[in-house]
Amino acid sequence: MDTLSGFWMTVDPTLQSVLVTTAQVVAVMLAVVILVAFLTLAERKVIGYMQLRMGPNRISIFGLPFLRGVAQPFADVIKLLLKEVLVPANADRKLFLLAPLLVLVPALAAWAVIPLSPEFVLADINAGLLFVLALTSLGVYGVILAGWAANSKYAFLGAMRSAAQMVAYEIAMGFALVGVLMASGSLNLGDIVRAQQGGALAWNWFWLFPLFVVYFISGVAETNRAPFDVAEGESEIVAGFHVEYSGAAFATLFALPEYANIILIATLAALMFLGGWLSPFEGYPLVGDGLLAQPGFHWLFFKVGLLLFVFLWIRATFPRYRYDQIMRLGWKVLIPVTLVWIAVEGVMVWFKIGPWAD
Amino acid sequence: MANVRSLLKTFFLAELLVGMSVTLRQMFARKITIRYPEEKAPQSPRFRGLHALRRYPNGQERCIACKLCEAVCPALAITIDSDVAEDGTRRTTRYDIDLFKCIYCGFCEEACPVDAIVETRIHEYHMENRGENIMTKDKLLAVGERYEAMIAADKAADARYR
Repeated sequence: MDTLSGFWMTVDPTLQSVLVTTAQVVAVMLAVVILVAFLTLAERKVIGYMQLRMGPNRISIFGLPFLRGVAQPFADVIKLLLKEVLVPANADRKLFLLAPLLVLVPALAAWAVIPLSPEFVLADINAGLLFVLALTSLGVYGVILAGWAANSKYAFLGAMRSAAQMVAYEIAMGFALVGVLMASGSLNLGDIVRAQQGGALAWNWFWLFPLFVVYFISGVAETNRAPFDVAEGESEIVAGFHVEYSGAAFATLFALPEYANIILIATLAALMFLGGWLSPFEGYPLVGDGLLAQPGFHWLFFKVGLLLFVFLWIRATFPRYRYDQIMRLGWKVLIPVTLVWIAVEGVMVWFKIGPWAD
Repeated sequence: MANVRSLLKTFFLAELLVGMSVTLRQMFARKITIRYPEEKAPQSPRFRGLHALRRYPNGQERCIACKLCEAVCPALAITIDSDVAEDGTRRTTRYDIDLFKCIYCGFCEEACPVDAIVETRIHEYHMENRGENIMTKDKLLAVGERYEAMIAADKAADARYR
């Protein structure tokens, strides 16, 4: 141990920071990937239970009966990785293989600016929110390219739908975030969380409730999840933009980013509207000073888990929207709602009402 | 007023929340899944599964090659050839059922005047090679011999309704 730390001391400080950051990046990526794996399991379990089924309940670890179904994601991954990656004859080969990467990279890169606890964030940059917005909108290019490169009409239709939908809801989402910016006065995600200190009612969701709802709905639409999953629309256009993908290209490059994006949206919602790592019982004398009142990663994890459950819950409950209804909801309902509430918030800030009174 | 109410309902997502409460309640309801290989759904004595040809207790084949089953079969799955047997009775020389054609309607069983062709409760069977889907007379008789006790019990249970 001594020799190891002695060796570490001799390493160049620049190289040291590079190594530490790389280790942190790998750790966060791994955590996201593992979370994605178990989110797919949770999704099947939750939807199964809501439909009076049991969901996956066969593959267990070491044959332990109480772990039945837990190893299902690993079985799925192994199966998908062993399958053949098929490139259609008329596809644009380069773009076809590039497109999944274009979806995957932004979905993972956005995690760089997400603060996971009061102390830990990979890159504490002041334009964090802009970075996230920029990267999440990049994902649509991958979807369009995938649909175009496959040279199949269903993939193309799916890509068109997906592109129009993501562009439409990006705006509502952006407006919802403008409200958060007005409330916290910073683009740094850490500062946004710190501005919400003071217990559950001081969090942004209370005064920005319409924006919170709009943000969550647009988040569901952004990630092409049910009930806004017309981009996949298996009943009408087979599976949309990823209909021609198979094996590893499908698994690691479409399923993974989709779920990584869901987790990202849930985390962002938790950070911006639900106080991130802050404890809801902050300042309540009855709770004491234990883990319940302390800010920390456990609170963020709990909140993200709750929001992810709502994602799955929505999927299990609502039928798919018709395409024109999605567009109507995005342009004619959500955007006006956000605009009105931003105006209301502006008035409150101007006259120092509510949380802005000092 | 009604318009205002419906507008408020829409904006506060009232109907959506009702729907979500339904799914949340169902989540904690009893699950009706049958864990198949360990648990099985109850079967009626009238269950129509794999076919069998029966024999009389003295070992004589029941089938008299009347070909009523062949005639009634809506899927044309049954093929019968007949000849005079050594003891001078009319017997089948060939009795084939193509399981790929069969729709398990049970008409052959109903048509049979001597209860020779029956459909048993067996539904867990498979084939691995081409041609195994043809149940020949030997295979049908073998099934009948093996499951005669079950077939006889099912016939007895159903007898008063026929």
